[in-house]
Amino acid sequence: MTLQEGLAVTDAVTTPRQSPRRGVRLGLGNWLLPLYAILALVFLLIPIAYTFVFSFNNSVKSNIVWRGFTFDKWLNVCDQIDVCVAFGNSLIIGVTATIAATVLGTMIAIALVRYRFRFRSAISLLLFLPMATPEVVLGAGLASEFLGAGVEKGLGTIIIAHTMFCVSFVVVTVKARVSTLDPALEEAGRDLYGSPNQVFWRITFPLLLPGIIAAALLSFALSFDDFIITNFNAGTTSTFPKYIYISAARGIPAEANVIASAVFILAIVLVLISQISSAMKRKKLAANGG
Amino acid sequence: MASGTFAESGADLELVGIQKRFPGFTAIEHLDLTIPAGSFFALLGPSGCGKTTTLRLVAGLEDPTEGSILIGGKDVTKLKPFQRQVNTVFQSYALFPHMTVLENVAFGLRRRKIEDPIGKAHEALVLVELDHLATRKPQQLSGGQQQRVALARAIVNRPALLLLDEPLGALDLKLRRQMQLELKSIQEEVGLTFVHVTHDQEEAMTMADTVAVMNKGEIEQLGAPEELYELPRTAFVANFLGQSNLFTGHVSGSTSNSITVDVEGTKITIPTKRAQRHKGEVTVGVRPEKLHLHKNAPKKEAGTNSLGPGRIIDVSFSGVSTQYTIAIPGIDKVTVFQQNTTFGPLAGEGAEVWVSWDVDHGFGLEDEPGATPRFPADADTASIAVQKRRALMSELEES
Repeated sequence: MTLQEGLAVTDAVTTPRQSPRRGVRLGLGNWLLPLYAILALVFLLIPIAYTFVFSFNNSVKSNIVWRGFTFDKWLNVCDQIDVCVAFGNSLIIGVTATIAATVLGTMIAIALVRYRFRFRSAISLLLFLPMATPEVVLGAGLASEFLGAGVEKGLGTIIIAHTMFCVSFVVVTVKARVSTLDPALEEAGRDLYGSPNQVFWRITFPLLLPGIIAAALLSFALSFDDFIITNFNAGTTSTFPKYIYISAARGIPAEANVIASAVFILAIVLVLISQISSAMKRKKLAANGG
Repeated sequence: MASGTFAESGADLELVGIQKRFPGFTAIEHLDLTIPAGSFFALLGPSGCGKTTTLRLVAGLEDPTEGSILIGGKDVTKLKPFQRQVNTVFQSYALFPHMTVLENVAFGLRRRKIEDPIGKAHEALVLVELDHLATRKPQQLSGGQQQRVALARAIVNRPALLLLDEPLGALDLKLRRQMQLELKSIQEEVGLTFVHVTHDQEEAMTMADTVAVMNKGEIEQLGAPEELYELPRTAFVANFLGQSNLFTGHVSGSTSNSITVDVEGTKITIPTKRAQRHKGEVTVGVRPEKLHLHKNAPKKEAGTNSLGPGRIIDVSFSGVSTQYTIAIPGIDKVTVFQQNTTFGPLAGEGAEVWVSWDVDHGFGLEDEPGATPRFPADADTASIAVQKRRALMSELEES
C-alpha cells in the first residue's frame, strides 16, 4: 500500500517535470505536502505529548508550571487517592458494562440475522437510535427515569446507562460478522454429530470471535471515556473523565497525567502486539501456501 | 444415537410419502423412494427440481411437511441431524476455516467420543491422499483438495448413509473425472450407501448403480443408468439424459410384438414391449447414435424404420463423432450421431439424405402428447452446462 502510494507520488512529480515552468510549482509541492503532514501530526500529538511530559512534573498542587523532573508521581500514583478511586470506578464500570453489552449484543445480533420474527426490522431500527441520539438527551432522559423509579444514583446506574448505549455498537459490529458466516458451516457441525451447544461453542463462537472482540474493545473505549451520560447518572460517584473535568478548574494533579499516559501506552502496546502477530501469521500462511 | 461405535454397514434408506412445502412453493410434491443398502444412488435433475431438498430432509437439516424417513428400517423423521447416522459432503464443502485439516476430519469422531480420533482422521486422510497436508488450514488448499477433505471428514465417521450434494460441481473436468473414480473406489472399499445429488447426467451415469431422474419434485424414472438411457419412459428423461429424436402420431396398426405409429404419413414401428402406451396418440423416439445416414433412399425392409428424404442443415464435428441435423419435411428436425470411422463427413450441408434405424432401437413414451412438457426448455443438461460455464468465466474474469 505504502509502496504504491509512494510510486504514485513520484510518478506525478516526475512526469510533468519536462515543462520547466511547472517544475517550480511542483518543487514547492515537494516540500509543502510533507510539511503539512508533519504540522497536522504535531497538532494531533501535542496534547498527548504534553500529558505524558507533565506526568513527570514535580508539581505541588496544580500541574501547569514545570517544576522539574521526577518519577515520584509514576511510583506513587495513589498518593492522590481521589484519582485512583475515580480510575478504579471507571475500570469497574467499563469492564462490567462491556461484558453485559457484549453478551446481550451478540445474542441480539445472532437472533436478528438468523431468525425471522415479528418486529425484527423495527428492533433493528430501534437499536440504531442510541447511536444517533445526542448524549445529553440520552443522559438526561435516563436520569429522570431513574429519579422517577426511585433508583439511587451510583455505580449501578452508570453501568446500566453504559450497557444501554454499548449494546447498539456491539449489535452493529457483531451483526456484520454473523451475516458473512456461511450457514452451511453450522449445518456441517450439526451433521457431524455436534449438539446445538457444541456447534455454537466450537463453530459459531470461534468464527464470530474477531467481531465479538472488536465489539468488546469498542464498548470498553466508549464506556471508559464517556462523560456526558455518566455525569447525569453518577450521583456522587466519581469516574476518571468526571474527575478530570471537575479538577480541570483548579489544576489537574500529575497523577491523572500518569494514569492517562499509562492507559495510552497500554493501548499502543496492545495494538502493536496484535499487528505484529497478525503480520507473522500472514507470513507463515504465505510460506506454507506457497 | 449409538455413541462411540461405527455403523456396521450401509443401511437402507426409505422415504415414504414425503412432501415438503416452503412458504410460497412446494419443493417436493409426493416422494416414495427406497434405496437399498450398499448401493450408489444418484438423484439427477435440473436445478430447482427438489433433489437438494430431498438430501437435506434425509440429513435432518429440514423437516418434511408430511411423510416419514426410515434409515435401516428405523424411523428417523423426528431425529435431529446430530442424532442420525448420516453424513453429508456439502456443495460448498463447508470446511471449518478455524481448524486444521486434521481437526476438521476429527470433528465428528470427537463429538461421538470415538477412541483415537486423531489416528482415525489420519487414516481417512491417507485414503484421500492428503495426509501430508494435515496441519494446513482449509483455505490453504486447492478446490480439489478441499473437496477431498470434505469427503474424508464425512467418511471417517463410517455413516450408514453418505450424502453427496453436487460435490464435484466446483472442480475442473480432469479433477472431476479423477474424483469420480476415487469416489467410486472408496464406496467399493468401505461399502456405505451413497446418495449422490447432481445435475450432471454423465456424472450420474458413470458413478451410480441406480439413477433416479427427478423433475418438479417428483421422480420421473428410476433404474440402472443403461436402462434409463436405452428405454426412457418420459420426454423429460429422453431429453435430460442425452438427446433423443421424438415423433408424435396416432397408432395406425399393431401386430403381436410391434406397434406402428403414423407420423405425418410416415410409418414408424417400435416393439410393443418397448412402448409404454399402445393406442391413441403416442410419442415414440430413438437415440441419435442409433440412426444411420444414407445418401440414397434405403430399401424398405422389415425390421427397419426409415425417414426421408431430408436436407442436412448443420454438420458439427466433435472428434469421435459428427453430429448431423437434418430437416425432414413434415417431421421437423432429426439429429444423427455418426461415428467418424473414416475421414471427413459423409455428406455436406445441403445434401439430400435419408435416415434409418433398427425397429428394436425405438422406444415409446408414456407422456400424454400435447401436454406441455413438464420441464422448462432451458433445463436440459446442455444448457445447464452452458450456464455453468458462463458463471465460471465471469468468476474468472472477476478474480
